[in-house]
Amino acid sequence: MSNVNDTPVEQPASFAFSPENFAKVKAEIAKYPPGRQASAVLALLDLAQRQHGNWLPRAAMDVVADLLGMARIRVYEVATFYSMFNLKPVGRHFFQICTTTPCWLRGSDEVVKACERKLGIGVGETTPDGQFTLTEVECLGACVNAPIIQVNDDFYEDLDGPATERLIEALRRGETPSPGSVVGRQTSAPAGGPQTLKDLSFTGDKR
Amino acid sequence: MLADKDRIFTNLYGLHDWHLPGARARGDWDGTKELILKGRDWIVNEVKNSGLRGRGGAGFPTGVKWSFMPKQSDRPTYLVVNADESEPGTCKDRDIIRHDPQKLIEGCLLASAGMGVHACYIYIRGEFVNEAKRLQTAIDEAYEAGLVGKNACGSGYDLELYLHRGAGAYICGEETALLESLEGKKGQPRLKPPFPAAVGLYGCPTTVNNVESIAVVPTILRRGASWFAGIGRPKNEGTKIFCISGHVEKPCNVEEAMSIPLRELIDAHAGGVRGGWDNLLGVIPGGSSVPVIPKSVCDSVLMDFDALRDVKSGLGTAAVIVMDKSTDIVKAIARLSKFYKHESCGQCTPCREGTGWMWRVMERMVKGDASVAEIDLLLDVSYEIEGHTICALGDAAAWPVQGLIRHFRPELERRIKEYREAASRRAA
Repeated sequence: MSNVNDTPVEQPASFAFSPENFAKVKAEIAKYPPGRQASAVLALLDLAQRQHGNWLPRAAMDVVADLLGMARIRVYEVATFYSMFNLKPVGRHFFQICTTTPCWLRGSDEVVKACERKLGIGVGETTPDGQFTLTEVECLGACVNAPIIQVNDDFYEDLDGPATERLIEALRRGETPSPGSVVGRQTSAPAGGPQTLKDLSFTGDKR
Repeated sequence: MLADKDRIFTNLYGLHDWHLPGARARGDWDGTKELILKGRDWIVNEVKNSGLRGRGGAGFPTGVKWSFMPKQSDRPTYLVVNADESEPGTCKDRDIIRHDPQKLIEGCLLASAGMGVHACYIYIRGEFVNEAKRLQTAIDEAYEAGLVGKNACGSGYDLELYLHRGAGAYICGEETALLESLEGKKGQPRLKPPFPAAVGLYGCPTTVNNVESIAVVPTILRRGASWFAGIGRPKNEGTKIFCISGHVEKPCNVEEAMSIPLRELIDAHAGGVRGGWDNLLGVIPGGSSVPVIPKSVCDSVLMDFDALRDVKSGLGTAAVIVMDKSTDIVKAIARLSKFYKHESCGQCTPCREGTGWMWRVMERMVKGDASVAEIDLLLDVSYEIEGHTICALGDAAAWPVQGLIRHFRPELERRIKEYREAASRRAA
């Protein structure tokens, strides 16, 4: 995995879960049998990252390790293995552009170029105002709606260069465009609307 | 074409209400209690007789897998549902989760009853944040209605169902890596044997099934094994969600009959190949891990496990990646080599070192900056990776490269020749 953080980052001295998040921490741990609380490590790291402006400082990993009774090195191992943990600060709008073959076939190169042109930064960089970070990721799992960008939690689908620029402009204006297909497709149905599932009485399963 | 009445995923495109009332109106949770009361053996036998083969890629018969679970166990036993959908080209489980989540939840209950399991974890890929929220809401709705939990559906059967989110790692789609991850570790696959049915989650007997395999079970049990087995060719029965991406007019997901001809699938549902069928170069028929097949094979091949195996490819996840004649096929496969290099967990040397090596050679092959002998070397190395690693990621990295060399060797040689000619012109 290539999630190793090699540039020095200014680390906060301490981290503490907010009371609201601490309640979520307890609910996550309760999903697993007694003594198996380490199973909650991904969930806790995710909660910590969300609380800490979308990146995971070392102090938060230590808090998670202590809460779960895990050796700290085991938590560092996990945090560096999984690609969704950001070990250094990222922009407010965290762009993850899928460039794996199905997206590439549908023009992800144009999407990357549009981002670089519009934002004035390259892949792996953050804008000076801290608003945008650009990354390239592997398959996001929405391939029939390629190409795709994941912005924070949301997928924007069926993109091309101009649509990507419009997305960035809208985010700059402080808007949150509705996620999903940017060309108005009904989810994964073919463009122009579904050709199947039109003749349903919804009694098929009834005996 | 499959008739709408034979389609299981009636809300595939999310046109209708995904909440519990809408799902019930579409037939979900109808008579679930009676199905459970028919007993464990009946459930497993029906699934066996339906011919259902695992929908996550390997195609192992689901009912047979379930029968490996111990009849008696003094330890807890688990069902783990693999919703770590990450195979490039594949986006079917996402639609099940966001549009038909109750089918998955009901399937979890019936599968658990079939195996005597009382705790089930659904492991969903971390990037599916919105999908996870929706599935959690659906689980909460099922709990509130008494459909899962203690005395599920009034059947006297108890099932606790939990959602577990991953955090970005393709390898966690491999079942033992998924179990490691679920236990709070790095997702590095375990040696098999022991198989999960003997030593799985927390060392207890566990079955891991794909989302689609589980979500079709309620409909199979309601309509009967013979209905499902009547669709598709023998040993390849049933319906299947196909994900058609790449150079087609209208990329889409669609549920179709197994064994549908590839050409019919693309023409009927995806608006055909961009520029017409004769503009087709090749298809990766089952997600990035299976070898590409050229147009000459695509002309007549059927979309099922055995037909695609016979042409040295595979059905995999039934993610059909279509490439027309404008495609730089070497670059397309090189990009997959980069994917496997990125996703190798680093545990086994042949895969950790081999995926990176293959990617670097493939990048040179894209430019033609190689020698013809290196094509054979690349092929040799791919065979040294395949079968020499703990899990199948090594195989999955090798197969796309092998498929490229098998069917597009002249293209590789042409590039090498042109690169060399250009180099000697520059030198002159």
